[in-house]
Amino acid sequence: MKPKVAFFDFAGCEGDQLQIANLEEDLLDLLGQVEVVTFREVMKEQSDNYDIAFVEGSCTRLQDEDRLKQIRKNAKLVVAIGSCAAIGGINSLRNYKDLDSVKKMVYGENARLFDSYAARPIDAVIPVDAYVYGCPIDREDFLQVVKSLLLGKKPETATYPVCVECKKNENVCAFERGQFCVGTVTRAGCNSCCVNEGTICWGCRGLIDNPNENSQKEVLIKYGLTIDDAISKFRLYFGWQEAKR
Amino acid sequence: MSEPKNVDVNVHHITRVEGHGNINVSIRNGAVEKCEWSIPEAPRFFEAMVVGRSWNELHHITSRICGICSIGHTLASLKATEAAMGIQISEQDLKLRKLALHAENLQSHILHLGFLVLPDLMGVGSVIPIASTNLAEVKIVLQLHRTANEMSTLLCGRTTHPQRLIPGGFSKIPSTKELAAMRKKLQDSIPNLQAVAGLFKSLAGNFPAFERETEFIALSDPNGYALYDGQLASTDTGTAPVNEYLAYTNEYVIPQSTAKWAKHNRAAYMVGALARLNLNYNKLSPLAQKVAEMFNLKPICYNPFMNSIAQLVETVHSVEDSIRLINELEAAGLKTQPDYNNTNIKVKAGSGVGAIEVPRGILFHEYTYNDKGVCTKANLIIPTSQNHGNISLDMKALLPQILNKPQKEIELALEMLVRAYDPCISCSTHVAKIDLI
Repeated sequence: MKPKVAFFDFAGCEGDQLQIANLEEDLLDLLGQVEVVTFREVMKEQSDNYDIAFVEGSCTRLQDEDRLKQIRKNAKLVVAIGSCAAIGGINSLRNYKDLDSVKKMVYGENARLFDSYAARPIDAVIPVDAYVYGCPIDREDFLQVVKSLLLGKKPETATYPVCVECKKNENVCAFERGQFCVGTVTRAGCNSCCVNEGTICWGCRGLIDNPNENSQKEVLIKYGLTIDDAISKFRLYFGWQEAKR
Repeated sequence: MSEPKNVDVNVHHITRVEGHGNINVSIRNGAVEKCEWSIPEAPRFFEAMVVGRSWNELHHITSRICGICSIGHTLASLKATEAAMGIQISEQDLKLRKLALHAENLQSHILHLGFLVLPDLMGVGSVIPIASTNLAEVKIVLQLHRTANEMSTLLCGRTTHPQRLIPGGFSKIPSTKELAAMRKKLQDSIPNLQAVAGLFKSLAGNFPAFERETEFIALSDPNGYALYDGQLASTDTGTAPVNEYLAYTNEYVIPQSTAKWAKHNRAAYMVGALARLNLNYNKLSPLAQKVAEMFNLKPICYNPFMNSIAQLVETVHSVEDSIRLINELEAAGLKTQPDYNNTNIKVKAGSGVGAIEVPRGILFHEYTYNDKGVCTKANLIIPTSQNHGNISLDMKALLPQILNKPQKEIELALEMLVRAYDPCISCSTHVAKIDLI
């Protein structure tokens, strides 16, 4: 019997599920291997009977927690897809703000109507079996993770930084170009795609497990940058990870 | 089935928290007592998140508001930053950005038409069963979608959350050869688009013949079908400079919605493909006008269900206009730029508005920067927010006309109405969970 899969979303942009819709012909192949029972982006039907749950988006409210726990209960495997679900992602920018004043800024005197707390990755609420990193996720990366899971294997995750891939790609270093890049401490696996396109690594795949802090300090000294510069850039995506450390 | 005399509506949205709406309907003695459209999605506070961030990060951050119109958000953001700091972009970069916007329009419209609208018209729950019954048509839709995605990648680096679009221009641009290859694909897609138009024509009878007079707002430009640039235009009140957008959008907060609502000259207004077509019909490309004629779609059309057909017309326009833009870029000779292009911007204090037409309608970003280029204030007005009021009024007008229909048909008609607005990909499928008891 084909494994049943379901897709769910919390606070996020739906860009990761869109990558799955964007698989196009590969999506038809994938549908030969699994049975999609819930996927709001493309289908009306839904079911609570599934084996693998793919979850996009951060948890940002108490009421989201109940839904996540229910998903955990229903599924044999839970996979976090995209930065918001896997690491908290760009949503955690708001964790540095006073949420009451944030709500007032956006909703004015009606702010009290809207319940919300610090944005967090889903593994802050439930155990997660596998991660697909990136903002957005890479379609190939997603397919690899799905293949591993279908074969009963644990998907491989890079433990080295984007810098390694970037050097292999012979890019001119962003620091040499006078820009601040987060590739020194960001988990690889994207093939340094943003630097390849002429910009910087923004850190969307999250902090690697053991970042080399001394070499990071050396980079800052070499290019005349401050700790504040580094912290500011790290906070774009690493907010929740920073709070945990 | 006899006319329902007393009908209560229970809304269950527990399984879907973000990115969708709910409908509350209550019918007493055959009369509509309550008909409410509400948005329970998790608020994300982007306006506050960007405060304190640098001018060269805002386009990256605000792109993350929406996966499906990330190119549009990026462009609106860049336009606002560039307006605030008085940054001019080159004629070539302007054309490349217009191509990027067309790519997104194609990507988004084709997905909406093929994956989200078509199942309703064919009486199924998703595109998956259509892949077994009408594989040839599904393959055509997938091929068109892939071409749109390849075009996004060519201009932006990838399909979602663009990399190459930066303040002042591009970090990297396509080559003349790549653009010519894309033009060939666009030319080849025209027969496929005609086939899709034929398919929709054969199913068009399934769109309800419903009309409600309302106001339409979109950008308008004497020189072309306004998407990247233009003046504010209303079918009620004429044109105004984009800097006056707050007098148009008049946002307000209502208790049942985390999205803000908007109103202008009437209780509500509509933005999106139908608004653009109603205001700028004469500027559509020739083939696009022909497709509009196939459906007898001409201004001013007051049937919101025809927004999907207006999107179909716009896909044809985007293909034809993209071919024209590539021809012009080629004729002028593409100027090369350095790898890792850095646009050397002089940072200064100021405020600026970026207004742009994205697939779902007019989008505004406004930022204020201090002299260090740090954002001190931001205001973002999203197309879907502007449509909520109009969706709600359409529902109130439609419901009495369909009260004598079976429950399933009432439900489907209301869902189709919401879907016609293409409110956002996640809420377009199974957006409205309605239980009539």
